[in-house]
Amino acid sequence: MSLDINTKKAKKNAWRITKERGIGASRIRVPGGYCDAEVLGMVQEIAQTYGNGYVHLTTRQGFEIEGIHLEDMEEVNKKLQPIIEKVGINQNGEDKDKGYSASGTRNVSACIGNNVCPFANYNTSNLARRIDKEIFPNDLHFKVACTGCSNDCAKVRMHDFGIIGQTMPQYDPMRCVSCNACVKGCQSLSVGALRLENYKIVRDTEKCIGCGVCVTKCPTRAWTRSEKKYYKLTIMGRTGKKNPRLGKDWLIWADEDNIVKIIKNTYAFVEEYISPNAPARKEHIGYIIDRVGFEKFKEYALKDVELMPETIMNNTVYWDGIHFDNQH
Amino acid sequence: MGYKFSKEEMASIFSKLAEDYDVFAPVVKKGDGTFSDVDVVRYDKVSSLDEIEFEKKSDYSFKEALLPINETIFYFTEDETTVPKGPAKERLVFLRACDLNAVKRLDQIYLKNGFEDFYYKRTREMTKFVLMGCKESCTSGFCVSMGTNTTDEYDLYLKLDGDNAYVEAKDEKLAEAFKSGNEEAVSPDFVSENPTKVTLPKNITPETMKSELFKEYGNRCINCGRCNFVCPTCTCFTMQDIFYKDNEKNGERRRVWASCQVDGYTEIAGGHGFRSDNADRMRFKVMHKIHDFEKRFGYHMCVGCGRCDDVCPEYISYSNLVNRLGKECE
Repeated sequence: MSLDINTKKAKKNAWRITKERGIGASRIRVPGGYCDAEVLGMVQEIAQTYGNGYVHLTTRQGFEIEGIHLEDMEEVNKKLQPIIEKVGINQNGEDKDKGYSASGTRNVSACIGNNVCPFANYNTSNLARRIDKEIFPNDLHFKVACTGCSNDCAKVRMHDFGIIGQTMPQYDPMRCVSCNACVKGCQSLSVGALRLENYKIVRDTEKCIGCGVCVTKCPTRAWTRSEKKYYKLTIMGRTGKKNPRLGKDWLIWADEDNIVKIIKNTYAFVEEYISPNAPARKEHIGYIIDRVGFEKFKEYALKDVELMPETIMNNTVYWDGIHFDNQH
Repeated sequence: MGYKFSKEEMASIFSKLAEDYDVFAPVVKKGDGTFSDVDVVRYDKVSSLDEIEFEKKSDYSFKEALLPINETIFYFTEDETTVPKGPAKERLVFLRACDLNAVKRLDQIYLKNGFEDFYYKRTREMTKFVLMGCKESCTSGFCVSMGTNTTDEYDLYLKLDGDNAYVEAKDEKLAEAFKSGNEEAVSPDFVSENPTKVTLPKNITPETMKSELFKEYGNRCINCGRCNFVCPTCTCFTMQDIFYKDNEKNGERRRVWASCQVDGYTEIAGGHGFRSDNADRMRFKVMHKIHDFEKRFGYHMCVGCGRCDDVCPEYISYSNLVNRLGKECE
């Protein structure tokens, strides 16, 4: 009997229809790329029982279990249930034992963050999981990523929304011994925003990107992190065939709650202005903004958003990147 | 004389004491550590008992309560200088046995080293010490090896145990505050064994100074100076003359902590430095702690608190270096 499979439905159920007829792959997103090692055993079991024994670690921090016969989809979906619960995928209640709704909005990825990394300014996985809960499941094509510091190991500038951890360095001159470790560290690892004047540090607040290198270099705790955690929000970076480009800074020294709000607000903007011709309702948000204008985007994104006084908002954002779509 | 109190009673006595004294004690500074969401335990002024961290060893020693990191020596105008006033109140400093033994080293350098340091002396004379016992040894400390695990130099011993608090007041004036308590024999908790043990080199010769170990560890050192800044016995400072920006004819002279591991320590006019090589700096530090000081004053400088090992970002273990040096010298 020939296979009779609703591929559209399967794709929205986190399945890939592969190039090999009759064979699919089960995609499991791991929000923030952080999971209990127990999950690995569960993935292994599915891969060895139903798949070809191989797993691809996806570019967005998930597992893709290869070589599964499409007629086993239902059974595999049941096996996915404990994994879905363990990694904290925001599953619709009625989807229990039936996999999870996916496609469109992509896994919120994260660098390893301050669980481990000395440079990171916040717990990236926790924020990724918080955002996951807020925006999933959703069909619209959104890419969000969290990175602990301006090193941007998570490459968040290639995302619609990139969240970069910042700290507002706090300086106690009476603990400073003028050792210059922060000045040297900022110069060699960051932007060179510090200088010594009268044996004390002067921080160029215009230049400082809040990376926190000074804090990690300080041997006396003259430099410490701000109690409040700050974030830089870069927007509308993308890869792709037409005009790949890096996301640009929109908000600097912003707070977590408002960033989550802005991401959620943007869904309404996309609903309103997405091209009717977008294939499977997939259009990078940046192209929509290019079409309808940044002011319109701001109108939607900033709904009910009250930024902190210290947050800097760039009123206009200009992108560049490589244009393959309108070269003459 | 020892007294027993409930923890609440002790907290209220303490709050009253903190009105008469400036109290310096180890405090958990939330999120102020080197890395994000990491705390640091360091000294600060406290006004209530529950601010004090009794369990964890402080990352930085008590010494900043006696020797401020930055201390203004005098202010100057065009034709006169003014010495800032000393402490207005007497101060209480909470510390452990190793650190109280370190006070002896600080006194040695600042009071019994040929002259008396005016600034240290006026603070020191206003200072009383409150011993915090050690029920268990910390992992990196080697106070037993250094003979600094016990002390009787304290003015007050204070111990919290569940809902109870115990004091032993040796200082008469302080004892007044505790007379309301139930008399009970109280003696400090001292450890008699550490997991870390150090055997000092016995036969140090000029050859020892050439040990390859100093090169090995020196090569790993990044000259951050953390080992010196956390050390309760490091006493080096540098001088800084600050000319106020608005009127550069006025200013102040400060003394500021210095580190023999940080660039600039041995720099002289003309830019020459005596220990530009890391191996030389490492040798100088280690030898000062376990040899040079002893040669001069008859006892070792290092009190074995282990803070330098805890803080080193490059995982340089001073205690292990000394042990290895000891083996080389056998």
